[in-house]
Amino acid sequence: MSENTLSARQHVLILEPGRAERHYWRDIWAYRELFAILAWRDVAVRYKQTVIGAAWAVIRPFLTTVVFTVVFSRLANLPSDGMAPYAIMVFAGMLPWFLFSTVLSEASGSLVGNANLIGKVYFPRIIIPSSSAVVALVDFAVNLAMLFVLMAWYGFPPTWRLALLPAFVVLAVLASLGPALFITALNVKYRDFRFIIPFIVQFGLYASPVGFSSAVVPSAWRFWYSLNPVVGVIDGFRWCLLGGESALYLPGFLLSLGVVALLFWLGVAYFRRTERSFADLI
Amino acid sequence: MDSDIIIRAEGLGKKYVIGHQAETERYLVLRDVLTRKAQGAWRKTADILRGRVIVSGHSFEEFWALKDVSFEVRRGEVLGIIGRNGAGKSTLLKILSRITEPSEGRVSIKGRVASLLEVGTGFHPELTGRENIYLNGAILGMTRAEIKRKFDEIVAFAEVERFLDTPVKRYSSGMHVRLAFAVAAHLEPEILVVDEVLAVGDVEFQKKCLGKMDEVAGHGRTVLFVSHNMQTLSALCSRGLVLSQGKAIADSSMEEAIAAYTVQVATQNSAAPHVLYDDSTGVKSISDSSVVRVEMLDHEMAPKIVLPSCGSVIFRIWIRSRSAIPQGSVILSIRTASGMTLAKFETNPRRIQPLKQAGDHYVDCCIDSLPLMPGQYFVSVGLAHYGVRLIDWKMDIGTMLVAEPSDLTIEMSGYPEGPLVIQHRWVNESAPQTQLAVGPGR
Repeated sequence: MSENTLSARQHVLILEPGRAERHYWRDIWAYRELFAILAWRDVAVRYKQTVIGAAWAVIRPFLTTVVFTVVFSRLANLPSDGMAPYAIMVFAGMLPWFLFSTVLSEASGSLVGNANLIGKVYFPRIIIPSSSAVVALVDFAVNLAMLFVLMAWYGFPPTWRLALLPAFVVLAVLASLGPALFITALNVKYRDFRFIIPFIVQFGLYASPVGFSSAVVPSAWRFWYSLNPVVGVIDGFRWCLLGGESALYLPGFLLSLGVVALLFWLGVAYFRRTERSFADLI
Repeated sequence: MDSDIIIRAEGLGKKYVIGHQAETERYLVLRDVLTRKAQGAWRKTADILRGRVIVSGHSFEEFWALKDVSFEVRRGEVLGIIGRNGAGKSTLLKILSRITEPSEGRVSIKGRVASLLEVGTGFHPELTGRENIYLNGAILGMTRAEIKRKFDEIVAFAEVERFLDTPVKRYSSGMHVRLAFAVAAHLEPEILVVDEVLAVGDVEFQKKCLGKMDEVAGHGRTVLFVSHNMQTLSALCSRGLVLSQGKAIADSSMEEAIAAYTVQVATQNSAAPHVLYDDSTGVKSISDSSVVRVEMLDHEMAPKIVLPSCGSVIFRIWIRSRSAIPQGSVILSIRTASGMTLAKFETNPRRIQPLKQAGDHYVDCCIDSLPLMPGQYFVSVGLAHYGVRLIDWKMDIGTMLVAEPSDLTIEMSGYPEGPLVIQHRWVNESAPQTQLAVGPGR
């Protein structure tokens, strides 16, 4: 067998049962253009047949902020983080929450929504859920601009910590992609797993510190409260955006970070294990 | 390994597991129901956690869509793959284009594979023609730079210049197909996998496509071509691979492959020769509605094996449908052994609606006089949404043997040629009262 001389000249692809993808990540890199174009497609289609287009990304967080500020601050009399205006604190928590929930809902239905592609063409399947997450990032950018307007309105300037925001955006995306990969892979065979998503999104909005500061959680519970990965993400965003007014509770943040890492690893591992059979099941 | 061999498949197999519901059992006691449900749920949870494929049902059956297939393809070769529905052609192509993974065996492939399993994959109706060219190109594996370079060529080939910025949902189906094929035709892979794309479009466009495929092969690239059209196959392919029930039964020149296929179609039902097709156990039918059995009967509903030329025959087509399709139709078509379609009959939903109700039904296609010359003919059947699309298509389910006419008033040529018998008479000027002569046969 002179296979070595061959592969030196041209890449030889071997297909065998159960053959672990040795070049898995390199393969994904090779398909980066497909990733970009699928993401662009999702964004383009989302705004193509809407009347007010991007305004939807504005209306939803705006109304939620108004409601949460009224309910939690005025009616429930909860304190804000330090001296930060309550509305800004709510908005700073809502940014990552909407990013998280949109990625989760877009990505978990993505494989079934692209069933025709999966049955007909080869590419690393993980491209589909991850490119659909880009739609959420576009909405996020719109929301972030809104936050800056709000901060200017209240005369609340950002500090140097704002420069660290991209790191927390990545954290929010990772936190949502982990469960999303798991659910979208399950959803290929069992369509009932998509019903979990609205439940997580609805329940999570109140279980996570979106409308209130996580500082109001009794200190005995605060560490365990951070088992919810979104808690760490939201705390991080507030630490970043509210300047010195929001202190980061480090042990809880590290726990959230660990949970995010674990969920992401589980999601990717499960996705990789099942993706080879997607075409047979979908 | 010979450096000219571009694909080498060794002992390739693909297994599917089918679950069956135990329908005969009746749950009488709630306790039984609960235990069974609990057992099922436990098994499923365990399977999910292990990342295994779960099969619903009480008993499992293994089904080999492909078994022990080995072949080699050289650079620049055009390999035709023939076989009836369910013979494993699509499974083979899916393995080669990496969509699914083999259950056993090994394939080594040198170079980029592009598959045209269905043209227009990933077209989005909301996007414009221009946007879809980029999208579809990327899905098929082209880089952005490559698409840009070939953009004008693609547009010219598809003849859609004026509609480039119109959403694809406003395209006619012809334009849609042309654009889709144009993108695919401008791929430059080392190996091109084509499945039945030539069945679409008008004749003019089909010619264009054939030319393009010839060109691709001419540039030293390899083409794997699946089609039911024997004429196209023998025109394009240098070699043929015949699959039957997941096994390769011939790998030879195209002429020999077509001959092997013909023999295989002719000899498949020796037990009950009047039954052209039978899948009433439902192992192969996965779709919602399908033809499950086809038989040939005479006018007294007795089995008929040999049909005399210009005699009568009834094709009884059994349909199984899980849902009602009021606009559904049943199709029967007859082809010569060389692959030319002679006739295609389809029910019209304005008159009869064979799929009006879910369940098992049959329709009879009654032919009073079958105007075919003695010989072998292939029968295909299918279901469709009338005038919209096919639901189920079973190509060449069996052969029909047409014998010498029993009616002796039918004239035959001394050396018969051509597939049709057309009732006719000869008139001689000098003898205007010529009566129909009783022909001597051949």
